[in-house]
Amino acid sequence: MAIAETIDAAPAQRSGYWAGVASRLRRDPVTMICLAVLALLILSAIFAPFLGLQDPYKGSMIARLKPIGTPGHPLGTDEQGRDMLARLIYGGRLTLFIGLMPVVLAFFVGSILGIVAGYAGGMVNTVIMRTVDVFFAFPSVLLAIAISGALGAGIVNSLVSLTIVFIPPLTRVAEAVTSGVRSLDYIDAARASGASALTVIRVHVIGNVLSPIFVYATSLTSVCMILAAGLSFLGIGVRPPEPEWGLMLNTLRSAIYVNPWLSALPGLMIFITSLCLNLVSDGVRSAMNVHD
Amino acid sequence: MLSYFLRRLILVLPVAFGVSIICFLLVQIAPGDPLTAIMPVDATAEEQAAMRAAYGLDKPLPVQYAIWIGNLVQGDMGRSIATGRPVAGEVFGAVQNSLVLAISASLIAFPIGVFLGFLAGYFRDTLLDRAVTAISITGVSVPNYWLGIVLVIIFSVQLGWLPSMGAGPGGSQEWEWNWLHIRHLVLPAITLAVVPIGIVARTVRALSGDILTMDFVQALYAKGMSRFDVLCHVARNAAATALSVMGLQLGYLLGGSILIETVFNWPGSGFLLSNAIFQRDLPLLQGTILVLALFFVAMNLIVDVAQAAIDPRIKRN
Repeated sequence: MAIAETIDAAPAQRSGYWAGVASRLRRDPVTMICLAVLALLILSAIFAPFLGLQDPYKGSMIARLKPIGTPGHPLGTDEQGRDMLARLIYGGRLTLFIGLMPVVLAFFVGSILGIVAGYAGGMVNTVIMRTVDVFFAFPSVLLAIAISGALGAGIVNSLVSLTIVFIPPLTRVAEAVTSGVRSLDYIDAARASGASALTVIRVHVIGNVLSPIFVYATSLTSVCMILAAGLSFLGIGVRPPEPEWGLMLNTLRSAIYVNPWLSALPGLMIFITSLCLNLVSDGVRSAMNVHD
Repeated sequence: MLSYFLRRLILVLPVAFGVSIICFLLVQIAPGDPLTAIMPVDATAEEQAAMRAAYGLDKPLPVQYAIWIGNLVQGDMGRSIATGRPVAGEVFGAVQNSLVLAISASLIAFPIGVFLGFLAGYFRDTLLDRAVTAISITGVSVPNYWLGIVLVIIFSVQLGWLPSMGAGPGGSQEWEWNWLHIRHLVLPAITLAVVPIGIVARTVRALSGDILTMDFVQALYAKGMSRFDVLCHVARNAAATALSVMGLQLGYLLGGSILIETVFNWPGSGFLLSNAIFQRDLPLLQGTILVLALFFVAMNLIVDVAQAAIDPRIKRN
């Protein structure tokens, strides 16, 4: 259903369709608030050095685990006496990057694989899709931990393992949408007119399949965020002393008897981000009239 | 029915084969020599070569794979590099503990999720529906390892009601069915239940909402059937899909509980996995992941067959 609706709407009045989506989004207060929160998190992470924050790496032996509201440290200090506010804002840099980048990478790889499989059909389809099936045999958390665990900690390794985790679901969706579009009459007409496979894909297929794949990809961002921070929480993601929310949650865990609520702060950041990502994804989905 | 089961079983075999290849390759992508962990620093080249031969690491990859698979089907998953004990024994002990946790979490999550989802689907577009939708979005958005820590802060640190570590008194690693141990199960099981509550509620809401607008529901009311009897028809229509979602969630709970097991020091497969990772105990890592993934594959198979048994429409397609 989703495919048919998007196809009906998109080519007929392209600008009208996207303007419609934008105006529906603007009238959706929850999505707008969540977008604003996400924008704030991303901008503060990017411009962290210009916000007049304290050095997120500089600790102090005498100022360890100060509670929230300490003068000079509005959100307290961590187990090495580093300013929590600075570390939470700087922490957004790596957390958001590792939390969102794998979905972007997997979106490209998965779309290409899925469109090729869906358009080519036959043997190519079988090889790609049966390989994808094997990856579906692993719960996503387990697969991410298995690959990261084998590769070892590190930012690049986390990106690699999370990208591998999200390629199969995106490939599957891209394949389903593409094979749906492929059986339509105008594709047959284009092929009959002598257009090469590449031209048909570029001109007639991509425009019609990208938006459902994109909407599906946005729904994966929140899971990816939670998984990425989870890898660091387990100690197989970002290495200390980098500020990263999952890693901070891990190191502050030992302080729950000293200063309990302070140690919950980094996780709260992960929660807020993933909640906003989910709500924005739902908002975009309904604004684009995509239903599952 | 039997032929459907056999057809599905045949489809599972190549997936299981692929899973075994991925688990085998996991050790190959690991950087460094798998033997560095146990070799003395001053080992000579000959000693290293002898050790490689003893572990079969000097043979080409396909041969290594064949040997590994051959041992595997006989129940031999190799020995843990860190402890020297057979991997199979360690993994199965841990998986049992994980099952206790996963099944307890499902027993909490599924009734709550179905109830909430059905309420929302029945009272669609009311305040109740919006409340349930909010709960389920929160449920799927919360990083459950953080929720576990928050629950520990509230119920262990501040209130002192429940223990936070291990599966029994004194952080014991052995699970038994008695009150002292069940106290240790409460927090991790609730933590683990939150995500499936959200997912099940969301699925059941969509399902029951859709079915309630179907023509046959109107027809049943029109012929004078009581509200309760109509709902039984709706439930039977929704059962196949709802059960399949729940079956898969149980599989996810078993394979995905590693973060929660780490938070609560629960002696399950996830805990074993994180130990294996930090001690770079690759045979143990490989064995644990293989068993969990094969369990998930089996769960998928069971779900498909059960779905076909409940819903005759599926077999025909």
